[in-house]
Amino acid sequence: MNAAHFSPQPYDSYTLSRRQHGSSMASGSDGGSESQQVAQQRLRIIAGHLRAPADSGSAIVAAECKAQGSEADAVQQEKRTMPRRRQDIMKWNGWGYSDSRFLFNKKGQAEFTGKRYRLSGMIIPGLKDWFESTFGASLQHKTPPTPLLNNNAVQAPTLNEPFVDDLKSSGIPFSHDAEDRVFRSHGHCLHEIFAMREGRFGRLPDVVVWPNCHNDVVKVVELACKHNVCVIPYGGGTSVSSALECPADEARCIVSLDTSQMNRILWIDEKNLTAHLEAGIIGQDLERQLNESGYCTGHEPDSMEFSSVGGWVATRASGMKKNIYGNIEDLVVHVKMVTPRGVIEKSCQGPRMSTGPDVHHFIMGSEGTLGVVTEVTMKIRPMPEYQKYGSVVFPNFEKGVACLREVAKQRCAPASIRLMDNEQFKFGHALKPQVSSLFTSFLDGLKKLYITKFKGFDQNRLCVATLLFEGDREKVLQHEKQVYDIAAKFGGLAAGEDNGQRGYMLTFVIAYLRDLGMDYYVIGESFETSVPWDRVLDICRNVKARIVGECKDKGVQFPPLSTCRVTQTYDAGACVYFYFAFNYRGLADPVHVYEQVEHAAREEILANGGSLSHHHGGKTSSRGFSFASRERSYACARLNVQDLCDTMTNHKHNPNTEVCNCAGVSVVVIIILILYVRLAGQIPIIFLILIMFPLPNEVGEGLIIGWLYKITLSIRLSHNLPCFYVSNLQKKKKNETISKISCASKIK
Amino acid sequence: MASKAVYTRGDPMLKKRDDFEDMLEERRISSDLRFAAKCFMPVLYKGLTPCTPDTLKSAALHSDPVNYVIHQVAKETGKALDDVRAEAEAILDEMAHRLQLSTVRFFAFMLSKVFKTLFHSVNVNEEGIQRLQQAIQEHPVVLLPSHRSYMDFLLMSYILYTYDLSLPVIAAGMDFMGMKFVGEMLRMSGAFFIRRSFGGDRLYWAVFSEYVKTIVKNGYAPVEFFLEGTRSRTAKSLTPKLGLLNIVMEPFLKGEVFDVSLVPVSISYERILEEALYARELLGVPKPKESTSGLFKARKILREDYGSIHVYFGQPVSVRSLAHGHVDRCQFNLMPRHIPARPREETVHFVNNTAYRLVRAQEENSVLKPWVLLATLLLQKQEAPMTLDELTERAVWLRDLSRQYGAFLHWPDQMHPSEVVSSSLALHGGLVRVSEGRVHLEQAGAAEAASSPEDQLLSRAVLVLSCASYRNQALHVFLRPALVASAVRATSSARKVEVFDCFRFLRDVFSNEFILCPGATMQDFEEACYLLEKTGALHVTQHDMAVTKRGQKTLDFLTGMLEPFLQGYLVVCRFLLEESAEALTQKSFIPAIRQFIIKHLLQGRLTQLEVLSSDLHKNALAALLRLGAVRRAQQDTLRVNKVKLQSVEDALGGKLPPPNVASARL
Repeated sequence: MNAAHFSPQPYDSYTLSRRQHGSSMASGSDGGSESQQVAQQRLRIIAGHLRAPADSGSAIVAAECKAQGSEADAVQQEKRTMPRRRQDIMKWNGWGYSDSRFLFNKKGQAEFTGKRYRLSGMIIPGLKDWFESTFGASLQHKTPPTPLLNNNAVQAPTLNEPFVDDLKSSGIPFSHDAEDRVFRSHGHCLHEIFAMREGRFGRLPDVVVWPNCHNDVVKVVELACKHNVCVIPYGGGTSVSSALECPADEARCIVSLDTSQMNRILWIDEKNLTAHLEAGIIGQDLERQLNESGYCTGHEPDSMEFSSVGGWVATRASGMKKNIYGNIEDLVVHVKMVTPRGVIEKSCQGPRMSTGPDVHHFIMGSEGTLGVVTEVTMKIRPMPEYQKYGSVVFPNFEKGVACLREVAKQRCAPASIRLMDNEQFKFGHALKPQVSSLFTSFLDGLKKLYITKFKGFDQNRLCVATLLFEGDREKVLQHEKQVYDIAAKFGGLAAGEDNGQRGYMLTFVIAYLRDLGMDYYVIGESFETSVPWDRVLDICRNVKARIVGECKDKGVQFPPLSTCRVTQTYDAGACVYFYFAFNYRGLADPVHVYEQVEHAAREEILANGGSLSHHHGGKTSSRGFSFASRERSYACARLNVQDLCDTMTNHKHNPNTEVCNCAGVSVVVIIILILYVRLAGQIPIIFLILIMFPLPNEVGEGLIIGWLYKITLSIRLSHNLPCFYVSNLQKKKKNETISKISCASKIK
Repeated sequence: MASKAVYTRGDPMLKKRDDFEDMLEERRISSDLRFAAKCFMPVLYKGLTPCTPDTLKSAALHSDPVNYVIHQVAKETGKALDDVRAEAEAILDEMAHRLQLSTVRFFAFMLSKVFKTLFHSVNVNEEGIQRLQQAIQEHPVVLLPSHRSYMDFLLMSYILYTYDLSLPVIAAGMDFMGMKFVGEMLRMSGAFFIRRSFGGDRLYWAVFSEYVKTIVKNGYAPVEFFLEGTRSRTAKSLTPKLGLLNIVMEPFLKGEVFDVSLVPVSISYERILEEALYARELLGVPKPKESTSGLFKARKILREDYGSIHVYFGQPVSVRSLAHGHVDRCQFNLMPRHIPARPREETVHFVNNTAYRLVRAQEENSVLKPWVLLATLLLQKQEAPMTLDELTERAVWLRDLSRQYGAFLHWPDQMHPSEVVSSSLALHGGLVRVSEGRVHLEQAGAAEAASSPEDQLLSRAVLVLSCASYRNQALHVFLRPALVASAVRATSSARKVEVFDCFRFLRDVFSNEFILCPGATMQDFEEACYLLEKTGALHVTQHDMAVTKRGQKTLDFLTGMLEPFLQGYLVVCRFLLEESAEALTQKSFIPAIRQFIIKHLLQGRLTQLEVLSSDLHKNALAALLRLGAVRRAQQDTLRVNKVKLQSVEDALGGKLPPPNVASARL
């Protein structure tokens, strides 16, 4: 089937593959022999656009790649951070490594265990007071998690025997061990972790497979199609968009496709500064291995310790240093994705194309619903010569935002610039480890005295921007001066490297801190948005106030922590990140309360001109959030494309039923349209039809945009994209193959 | 049908009233001078950035919206940018307030003296003050007092000063500025002046709205303005004006503040200072121009007794909670917020509804004095004056009825009803006379010295209209049941559907006259039926309604309440049908109809003197314009659609079933 889609004589093999699938064709394809000829001719042209892989013609054997890499594997295996049994080194019901966690020791002091982090093994004296005063929490009131995984609580796997047999014979490792399955049944949304801690498991994946390479994935997906089995790709498991949740009512066998063993750098192209990676490689391994050759990608999302390249692509990730290196969409040169209908990839690695909508833009952010990303070519850069942290104190948040706006205007943002509000500044302050020398604490005291007394900053209003500069030493120093000069104009005072560095540390340990909070009745989560510059202040104020107000309304007994930071700057706006946590003592259903408040906060974000998400992904699309109309249009378009690719047949999981309906209706239209395009190729007529076609009221806008996407695509497709797409248009068949292919990984 | 019915009865904006405290009590026992010089430390809005009136002005002048309009105007008119900017600055200078604490202290001293001589007591609900204090700290506050007298805004500032609350910035009509010195004094006590009309002047609108918005956004001080736009001469609430309400809501709708609290304030006077003045005005004697000398001449009023004042600070209403589910704030996301844009229909609708709800809240919280009930009764029995005992008996009956209808009645229960009645009559000695044991609606002492019958008629009309202005204070309590009662009488059918149709028609016709929330027909009907049934006047079943035996009295009373208005509208119709042959303009309409009515009154064909009220004529005309019975043609002339007008008249007169009855949705 795979071969059929990419061979240069696609039409014949297409019919062949059709028979193999035993599917019925929609009537629209019987356009007569004349149109078939036209189509064939077009497809020959199209063949030039999409490069067939070298081995495209040959049958795919799973053993192939193992033989290829057997020796190299042995060497690399040691370097791999992520073993197949992740639970050996990582928590199954919390964030990160098993050996690293915050706890309050016997003396009541906070401590971070393990050896992996800068903070590891240190005492953090300020944390307890901050924790108690901020949340009204007490060390006496504990809510420890269920310590051990109780295998009895786990549902027995629903196994599809023929599938398992085929999988066995293919030699790809797999397991249906309870621990493996539980580990892959969730991401890191609050409700997921909360359920884990309480030992409540919903529907779990039935089988976990560890493909070793692209061809393994092709094989797995092919088998899944054949046996009507669902596939959920699993990368780093750090998703916060509920994308890893298995649909509770899914009766078919669910396979969790763990990409962790596909973790090689396949090649590095120093001439073009690109690296070809397997999608399962996680951020820290990638960076470390590239550094060995003197390169880096510069892509550093906060979850980079655990999240994978495939996940980045699937969720449109954004890295901390995007000002220099760009977001994932800027970094990706080439993507290979396995869909139930075959493999999608571009035929070249050229930096830009103008042949229709970029396929990459449907892959990025598709959150695994369209297929499994297997290989990615990413840009790389020589490692920066010099790196310097910095920080600036502003008398208030307004001044800070004005400064960031100016920095963005002058386009001189450092690798990273973040502005924390007062609450977060205090939070960061509470995380200061114990200082050993009397001198440093004396110095700290002096600094504080200078800022609050001499400069007259109000301790309850001031805020801090943290900076990270990277590049040539000379340029960095020059750049640093420029930024500090701008800051000075807005009343900012340089506050030292140390404060800056601690600010960045906060983002890496925040998830560990959440686990600590959950031990003491405190739950919390973060969410982010992107918003035009003129609304940044308003959105920060309103969303924070809304959170506090909603908590009060919903009966939360203690004032919540509601804080934000401006975390990325763009030409036309900024990314704002909210932290929100509260003490849930006295609440019957804390998670429900939490979700209500979060929902309200998102509503507020939308009302204030923010987007639903900047980089966490479309959590809400799968959780029944009523899309604001603008975003709904996107969702519609996306689903229509999804439809187009015919990968997602299980619409149940996506409760946006109106979208599903419109997709159904539009198929008819599209068929008519294709006929039109083939016969006349006149676009105005298409629009005429569109206008004439009665629209269901509520869908309106989204539907139109969705259709337009489809139309442009189908027009394009009939001209220069493979028949693969076109065929799917005509061959609408539900519940045939893979159902939900979901998100691989979260970028926190 | 039930969908909208939920909203008034359990409405947090209404019902459940607090107790009053007399704030003059303390003034009578302690020094006014010390009071005026007291340490004034009001609580402030938590997000306030402190600023002076001047920085406020420059902030407004240099704001993006004003800049944008300045550029637009400069581009369109070809004027130099600086000239336009200077123009804007001039507007701002003319408008802006200059609040000074010293002036406020001066007023505090003077007003203490004045209030003590004029009034028995100034009563304020202190719980309301506490709520307000809370609200001021949380969010920007907008104070919305009812407007019955010039005193209103001085009184408001005086109260806030007394209770240590931040002094409001008050939108006042430009006419005050005409008063030399006093205008400036008012400006220094926090008033800012706006033109009454500025039609299409974009620059004025931009400067003005931005000035108000800057105050709201900054949380500088509570903004105070009168929803009704002007003093109500009839003591009925006026149809709310939406301009300023729109402006103060916009910062919330555009996300520039988290929330805005609207605080309806009801100020009820036992006796209005301008009592006779208003009546004259309604009869066509023009209002004297505000002037300082006029103010001095008016000091003779200082010698009279004006009873007490009740000021009720209502529950602060959060715009956020009002807007929830009614306005999609995302609509402002796709355009820079400083570019003026016509609001969407839903937003206009929302602001309008809110305005009505707020005026209703003002009405509900206004205090009714016993005299209001007496005036109502006296007006209904003009021909056959009652004895004192009859009056007392009926007053007690009406007291109980109005309480059942939820009126906020301040009837001293500890006194004997006859005492209450006689003390009320004494206070309003200018309107009633007791002779031969009967209560007459006559000026005491004023003998039949007037010359022509027309003058006699007019001087009596002044009396009646003054009296009516007290009756009108209670109108909102009885209005809805009265509409149903009239409908029941008019249809003489027991079928609920028909009564409803008639009710809907009457409600529609009178919606310029009374505060009837748009779109709440069903709800009003149900509420009225509920009240009538509760008091045993009506027996309502699923499809039918019948008047009970003892209900006749109530129904008589209620229809009597509406009678003058019904008569008035009929007269207006008659006039337009008979006399509109020549080109009638909107300007000449009022004098012409007045002559027409006087003629009929003198001939004895009309009896209700109240129909002389020009307010009624204006409202009736507006209603007829709205119903399409009259059309505005070129040069402001009025064209009458005789067929339509005839049908309206017939329906009002009860001769025909109401026109345009769509299928009722009962």
